[in-house]
Amino acid sequence: MGLEFYTSKLGDAVNWARKYSLFQYPFVTACCGMEFMALWGPKYDVARFGAEFPRFSPRQADLLIIVGTITERQGPVLRRVYEQMCEPKWTVAFGVCASTGGFYQNYSVMPGADQCIPIDVYIPGCPPRPEQVLDALQLLQDKIQKGEGYIQKRERAEHEAVKAGKLKVVG
Amino acid sequence: MSAAALERAKQILGTAVRSTHDKCGDETLVVDATTIRDTMKALRDDSELKMNFLVDLTCVDYLGNEPRFEVVYHLRSMTTGARLRVKAPLAEPADGSSPEIDSLVPLWRGANWFEREVFDMYGVKFRGHPDLRRILMYPEFVGYPMRKDYPKERRQPLVRRTPDEA
Repeated sequence: MGLEFYTSKLGDAVNWARKYSLFQYPFVTACCGMEFMALWGPKYDVARFGAEFPRFSPRQADLLIIVGTITERQGPVLRRVYEQMCEPKWTVAFGVCASTGGFYQNYSVMPGADQCIPIDVYIPGCPPRPEQVLDALQLLQDKIQKGEGYIQKRERAEHEAVKAGKLKVVG
Repeated sequence: MSAAALERAKQILGTAVRSTHDKCGDETLVVDATTIRDTMKALRDDSELKMNFLVDLTCVDYLGNEPRFEVVYHLRSMTTGARLRVKAPLAEPADGSSPEIDSLVPLWRGANWFEREVFDMYGVKFRGHPDLRRILMYPEFVGYPMRKDYPKERRQPLVRRTPDEA
């Protein structure tokens, strides 16, 4: 498939399939986790969007949800979890701490998980309402469909570079 | 209950006690930091007091005051139910090195992690501690974040995104 992949209608079909079968890895560190659990319950029922099934190994997941405060000390761990995930992968920062550090402005808290890994969708709120999370999930699905996720954009840029002869495929 | 314990403590400690108060029912002794281990041992082993439980061990930085630090111990007797707070004022050495005080690990094993936390956050060194390492912050961390002169804006990241990921 290679170069034609993203330029053809096949790409659209693949992205359509991807957006309705997100396997999430919840990286839960703080109180946001409680709200995150509500999302899985029958009331908000995230299964309607094809993303109900959590994977407890990052290697089997393609959506990393960072739920809660990330400290500087957790940075290398989060980075490693992210790097273990197979591409294509997407990330969501759940809540204001994961997005910006929130109300923690001190020596220990990382000012936003995007300091150490790329984030596709940010959800504000302390904690966010489940409706906001469903909204964010739909936003992410739109992004995936349009190929605007960070990894998708990077992949496309690499393909363009190969096409233009700036980058060589080895091996 | 604790008022009687305070009286008894004053009696057995003698000159090691610098001052006492019982504001809001919090019976407090301010004691000499150099003999802290003997003082605490006396409180623990006294047949009347039996202050056998170290509830908490922490520290306060009174920047600008002399002495600058105060190590605070909270004791409770599981037998009588009395509580005592023991404070040990600790001056910062003139050369800016870490202040030192005797470790209480030989008296209470539970003091181990408390003292590591105080060392991590305030840089107080505990003489005779078996394993005085940082407990919450990472080993690469420089300085003591809970000291009042630690800059609020200072960050010491372990990992950041690479420039090509921006």
